[in-house]
Amino acid sequence: MKVSIIDYGAGNIQSLIFAFNRLGVHPVVTDHPKLLAEADRVIFPGVGEAGSAMAKLRQHGLEEVIPQLKQPVLGICLGMQLMCAYSEEGDTRGLGIFDCEVKHFDRKLKVPQIGWNTITNLKSPLFKGIEENSYMYLVHSYYVANNPHSIATTKYGETYASALHRNNFYGTQFHPEKSGEIGAKVLENFLNLKD
Amino acid sequence: MLTKRIIPCLDIKDGRTVKGINFKDLADAGDPVELAERYAREGADELVFLDISATEEKRRTLAELVYHVAEKVNIPFTVGGGISSVEDVGMLLRAGADKISVNSAAVKRPELINELASRFGSQCVVVAIDAKNVDGKWLVHLVGGKVATEVDLFEWALEVQERGAGEILFTSMDHDGTKNGFANEALSKLSDMLHIPVIASGGAGTKEHFKDTFKEGKADAALAASVFHYGEIPIPELKTYLKNEQIPIRI
Repeated sequence: MKVSIIDYGAGNIQSLIFAFNRLGVHPVVTDHPKLLAEADRVIFPGVGEAGSAMAKLRQHGLEEVIPQLKQPVLGICLGMQLMCAYSEEGDTRGLGIFDCEVKHFDRKLKVPQIGWNTITNLKSPLFKGIEENSYMYLVHSYYVANNPHSIATTKYGETYASALHRNNFYGTQFHPEKSGEIGAKVLENFLNLKD
Repeated sequence: MLTKRIIPCLDIKDGRTVKGINFKDLADAGDPVELAERYAREGADELVFLDISATEEKRRTLAELVYHVAEKVNIPFTVGGGISSVEDVGMLLRAGADKISVNSAAVKRPELINELASRFGSQCVVVAIDAKNVDGKWLVHLVGGKVATEVDLFEWALEVQERGAGEILFTSMDHDGTKNGFANEALSKLSDMLHIPVIASGGAGTKEHFKDTFKEGKADAALAASVFHYGEIPIPELKTYLKNEQIPIRI
């Protein structure tokens, strides 16, 4: 299976590569539209700040390319947030794949949320074989409110969307590549999705 | 619910763990990758690797170690010890570290925190603070607690938060190594005044100490070394105990 990781200079992707290696898959890291279009699966990673990440996406000419991808695409953490319509972080217009907004956590909470929290209301083959209230590793200051695209929710202050799905696009706020065996199962399920 | 984190800390020198370890079935007790894998399997929530090598050449050994840890370990880990530049951090993150921690270099040049946060994001910048209570005042110490400064712990903690730290790792030099419990009074004050997570370090000796630092110290995470390395407190047993004490914990 050909897996491409979108390369737009958005931080550390080595652990993502290793997580796929442990599943027997060797991803290609690329910003080349043709290599992305030809892959069986595309991963849209992201750490850091939304505004500058979106600017990097534009520099790499990927703003139009990503929404047109036809195979299963998985956005992780900031990758998922950039697939939304808008983010409060840096007043950033996103790719608009998911019609929802990204907001800052309530200032009364410890921010960033760092650590392991549960995912519930699991509603996708992405979570096949994964029990309700499984723990995933999260590190983020901005969140997507619960909405019709939600396929998992997590509670931190309010209950928010910790995974999204629309058509061939999936997003997880948590880091499956850092969430132990259960996280690895999410990546495996993503590889096994029926196109 | 967000759970409290249990974090074993591994001291690294020239790519090997330094402290003795009594895990009998490890093929090589000094191999940090094997120990890290084992802690991850046992339920550690994160790991910290603290490098105590001194020279540039040995730092490259550290980046190689980070690469091998990332290859095998599927939970987050932080790397610290002697980090003083954006270049150091870039190298370690590219090798696969999730977070880095800075300590003395940030006290000497606080702008380093801003540079790291804006370049790599606050989420991967942990600022470690070693402090000691001197005549009723908590003073920041450098070089592993050897060198005293006039910097006040609480003022410094606020400043590093302001400069973009994502997390604070507070070690009480008065408690470190005593096994008499964490510095819960100072921790609780830190936790109340900051809006970023606080990791408690120094003083773990019993399971009750962990409970106390989460309840009284209001810590978001607790770090320890010897009680884990010497098998005095097995992680699964500790986590079951804490869960029974009504502390949110991942099992």
